[in-house]
Amino acid sequence: MDEQYNEGLPDGQGQSAGNPRRDFLKKSTLLTAVALTPGVAVKAAENHVDEHVAAVFEKLPVDIEINGVKHNVLVEPRVTLLDLLREQLNLTGTKKGCDYGQCGACTVHVDGHRVNSCLTLAVMVDGKKVTTIEGLAKGDELHPMQEAFIKHDGFQCGYCTPGQIMSAVACVREGHAGSEMEIREYMSGNICRCGAYPNIVNAIMEVKAGGQQV
Amino acid sequence: MKQFQYIRPITQQSVLAAIAQPGTKIIAGGSNLVDLMKHGVMTPDKLVDINKLPLRNVSTVKNGVHIGSLALNSQVAEDKQVVAKFPLLSQALNAGASAQLRNMATVGGNMMQRTRCPYFYDVALPCNKRNPGSGCGALEGFNRMHAIFGMSEQCIAVHPSDMAVAMAALDATVIIAGKKGERRLPFVDFHRLPGNTPQLDNNLAKDELIVAVEIPENNYAAHSHYLKIRDRASYAFALVSVAAALDIDNGTIRSARLAMGGVAHKPWRLTAAEKALVGKPANAASFEQAAQVAMQGAKAFKDNAFKLKLAPAAIIEALTHAAGLA
Ligand SMILES: Cc1cc2nc3c(=O)[nH]c(=O)nc-3n(C[C@H](O)[C@H](O)[C@H](O)COP(=O)(O)OP(=O)(O)OC[C@H]3O[C@@H](n4cnc5c(N)ncnc54)[C@H](O)[C@@H]3O)c2cc1C
Ligand code: SF4
Ligand code: FES
Ligand code: FES
Repeated sequence: MDEQYNEGLPDGQGQSAGNPRRDFLKKSTLLTAVALTPGVAVKAAENHVDEHVAAVFEKLPVDIEINGVKHNVLVEPRVTLLDLLREQLNLTGTKKGCDYGQCGACTVHVDGHRVNSCLTLAVMVDGKKVTTIEGLAKGDELHPMQEAFIKHDGFQCGYCTPGQIMSAVACVREGHAGSEMEIREYMSGNICRCGAYPNIVNAIMEVKAGGQQV
Repeated sequence: MKQFQYIRPITQQSVLAAIAQPGTKIIAGGSNLVDLMKHGVMTPDKLVDINKLPLRNVSTVKNGVHIGSLALNSQVAEDKQVVAKFPLLSQALNAGASAQLRNMATVGGNMMQRTRCPYFYDVALPCNKRNPGSGCGALEGFNRMHAIFGMSEQCIAVHPSDMAVAMAALDATVIIAGKKGERRLPFVDFHRLPGNTPQLDNNLAKDELIVAVEIPENNYAAHSHYLKIRDRASYAFALVSVAAALDIDNGTIRSARLAMGGVAHKPWRLTAAEKALVGKPANAASFEQAAQVAMQGAKAFKDNAFKLKLAPAAIIEALTHAAGLA
């Protein structure tokens, strides 16, 4: 592994802040980790390393703030943000519909922007802030968009709803909820199999008209 | 998904060194690459995340705008300068994918998204693009979405980008960094036709990085239109799309730019039709004639003959909108 990648590894890991020895250890562990990543089982066999140990090396550290809570997790590079949330952190509010960017059920906000978490690699969210459906309510007080979805029956089965609500909040924040047409266009990345679209649009229009902080 | 290594260099130099190694692949927004990796269609050993490079800005340069390759599709679509000077590009970007995907998709990634078709995605089926020499499943298969221009026996897929159609029409230039420094390539020469090398979508070498796209100033802002026709109103790939831009002086067309999407292995610039418009009045008769010229050489397959009617109608409609006559 080339020295120069050292600095490029997960944010902050490359900079020489704080304890230099600790920093060095971190760097060298990381370099080893990255150098070992695929074909690791082969390497493990060649070097007579226990495969279980090798598996640990395959993971990279990721610092991520989710709904205001800081997490430091170890993930394989191939893990998506969606799978990290659901499988590793038990935040199952975010749904897996298609897993290929085609339905919007997995919509979350990364640094305030809505994205499809199924096509986002978790390692690439290192150092960023993520908001999921679990992060919208303030304690027992629902977010205005959640209230509006309930009031307008913006769902039937509810499977697409977390993604719809995350997208709807972003739609209003972006300034793309100016008319019914605009809402429909900017909500097109969220498919609802139950066809709750008219009610979803009504919910968004009401939140937008109410002028509340979203 | 197959396991892979992941690195995140912070200098262009280290990115270039990394991508020169076999088995490596750049990742930007990931919205095309991760999708293809999940399907097992692309199987890189190592991803080189370029998001730490300072290539995210849209800035003014002499005679135009400079768009960094990491600028997001949503960001460019809403950029004040782009909206004012190149509304065609803004419209095309907003016609692509969904709001979420446009927040992930970068300009470089959008250009580099694979020219593809459903057979390309199914690793159990033959596809010359995925597996050269295995045959083209679409040629005799279900080819409704496929090309009507520039295809070969080897591959009849279309490039799915909307952004690229507008960039082709607007005479953009691609700025590319490689080991030997930078080179500039006209956008229209960036993507390739399939010929005998269906596995190649474009002329970027494996060890090169797209740094930016530049678009020169023009007189088209007042009269341009991007028309996208798809199976549903939004969030679907184009059956046919048209980027039309006119410079109209007193009712007469001084110059024109026309390109189509959804019809070829690359964004399909219609230079003959552009020439046919010059000096003509901006009216229905001129637009119909241009559409006729544009369609010369078009050829359909079993399921996409509808495009032979849809494409010229779309050209006329886009030109009519661009001219402000709709
Ligand atoms: C459901 C769905 C619907 C879609 N609909 C549309 C649509 O209607 N219209 C449309 O235009 N697009 C559509 N797209 C495609 C989308 O626009 C692309 O996925 C996106 O633009 C790719 O950009 P990215 O930054 O995410 O690329 P990535 O996935 O990160 O990369 C794609 C490719 O580009 C290469 N690459 C990236 N940046 C560079 C660079 N700077 N230099 C060299 N190589 C680079 C990568 O190596 C990779 O091979 C859709 C996608 C999905 C999933
Ligand atoms: S059209 Fe191209 S991408 Fe589609 S099956 Fe044929 S070779 Fe593959
Ligand atoms: S699960 Fe991500 S878009 Fe469908
Ligand atoms: S409420 Fe059932 S999918 Fe939308």
